[in-house]
Amino acid sequence: MSLAFAQQIIDGMAALTLLISFSLLAQHRMLSVLHWFAAQGWLLAATAALVAYSTGESELYISAIMTFLLKGLLLPWMLWRVIRKLHVHREVESLMNSGMTVIIAVAVTLFSFHVIQPIEATSELMTRNSMAIATACVLLSMLMMITRKKAITQVIGFLAVENSLFFAAIGATNGMPLVVEIGIAFDVLIAALIFGLFFFQIRNTFDSMEIDAMQASLIHKDDDE
Amino acid sequence: MTSFFFQLLQALLMVVLAPIAAGFVATTKARLQNRCGASIMQPWRDIRKLFSKEVVLAEHASWIFRFTPYVVFTATVMAASVVPSLLLDTPLSLTADVIALVALLALARFFLSLAGMDIGTAFGGMGASREMTFSALAEPAMLMSVFVLSLGAHSTNLTTMIAHTLSTPLLIQPSIAFALVAMLMIAIVETGRIPIDNPTTHLELTMIHEAMLLEYSGRHLALMEWASMVKLLLFATLIIDLFFPWGIGGDVNLLTIGLALAIWLAKLMVLFVVLAMIEISIAKLRMFEVPQYLGTAFVLAFLGLIIHYMLEVTV
Repeated sequence: MSLAFAQQIIDGMAALTLLISFSLLAQHRMLSVLHWFAAQGWLLAATAALVAYSTGESELYISAIMTFLLKGLLLPWMLWRVIRKLHVHREVESLMNSGMTVIIAVAVTLFSFHVIQPIEATSELMTRNSMAIATACVLLSMLMMITRKKAITQVIGFLAVENSLFFAAIGATNGMPLVVEIGIAFDVLIAALIFGLFFFQIRNTFDSMEIDAMQASLIHKDDDE
Repeated sequence: MTSFFFQLLQALLMVVLAPIAAGFVATTKARLQNRCGASIMQPWRDIRKLFSKEVVLAEHASWIFRFTPYVVFTATVMAASVVPSLLLDTPLSLTADVIALVALLALARFFLSLAGMDIGTAFGGMGASREMTFSALAEPAMLMSVFVLSLGAHSTNLTTMIAHTLSTPLLIQPSIAFALVAMLMIAIVETGRIPIDNPTTHLELTMIHEAMLLEYSGRHLALMEWASMVKLLLFATLIIDLFFPWGIGGDVNLLTIGLALAIWLAKLMVLFVVLAMIEISIAKLRMFEVPQYLGTAFVLAFLGLIIHYMLEVTV
């Protein structure tokens, strides 16, 4: 496989990553959000493996395998289990004005392209083209955290931010040092575990996973006191 | 001189082949559903039958209603002759670009909607309002999808765009994949096929195109039906031209034209079989979900545009 061909495939994967970020923003159903999140993890692992193959950096293979196991299998499985146990797997989340969200998402993508373009010009790496897309994905995942109403989808947004940061690291510097990467992966795992516990606590306290309902409940309590 | 002759031949071929293409889709669909289905010549027989019947006009029909079939048919055939199918360099495709093509189709649609409202029946007005709502969303998405390709070719002219695609080496271009998906989604809306509109029913709650034709009869109806078949063939050829142009005839020569004709027909058959498969495997969308469907197509085309700048333009 020639380098030019590998670069084309990496560019194609970057485009798919951007598409998945948009799909995550626009999905209504809880389980389809989770499926797209898992797909993002798999794509990320494949990209890391491909970059490892074409640059010859063997450390990236390890992080590709780690990404696949953690973000492609373990985290989606854990979230799936939480969703099943909370009986919210059929729930449909009403998005706040999905048309407006997508317009903002397009603006965010353009903005990150505008910001990153001068930086891209200074890079010599094969993966430099994907830097703007990775930045856009980080911002889009943050947008997802802002626009979602349910706690679970907000957490998926948070994990998607981490995924995009990993993608940005591959694009900008061909991956972070392995120690840092293992540390971050462990952090994310622990965070996901804690979030899982929190979901049950939140439901016991507020009877709902909606952020608005939690706020309303707190304000109500203040009035009582 | 010969190129003018081939231009004429190409336009005639589009018009003559259109009912056969529609028949081919219907027959393929029937076979896929384990039905026998009518022969692929059935649309031609229908058109011939309609031409021999008398025209029944409503009492309140104005001149708009009587002129519309001719305007719609002429505009659609004009649009169809702009799209190169056999020969790359034809006189018409050099003078008119994609924007002119969209404008010609918009002219046909404008008159169709006027005619729908002209008689004053509730169905006509309903169909016209739906058609206008959806086309207002579909047109920008279609142009956006074409622009993805014209960015690379630096032109909106179909001949220049095809020549550019033929001359560049084969690369994996994600932006063009995005544009292709958007274009396929738009083509289904524009030709009124199944997830959006069903050309074979007159079920009052869901129809769009048929609702505007309800009051037509005789040769007027024949022209309207024929125009919509030409439009189906036009969009299929447009997709082939923009995304899979390999095999189109480069010079005026009987052998190359014959070869181009064979390749074009083969590509059309593949595309129509795919269309038939889509039609039998998904149900019609709810009317209120169509704007979301069109929004998706627009976002896909726009992403293609952004990705073209992000990944494929070297700074």
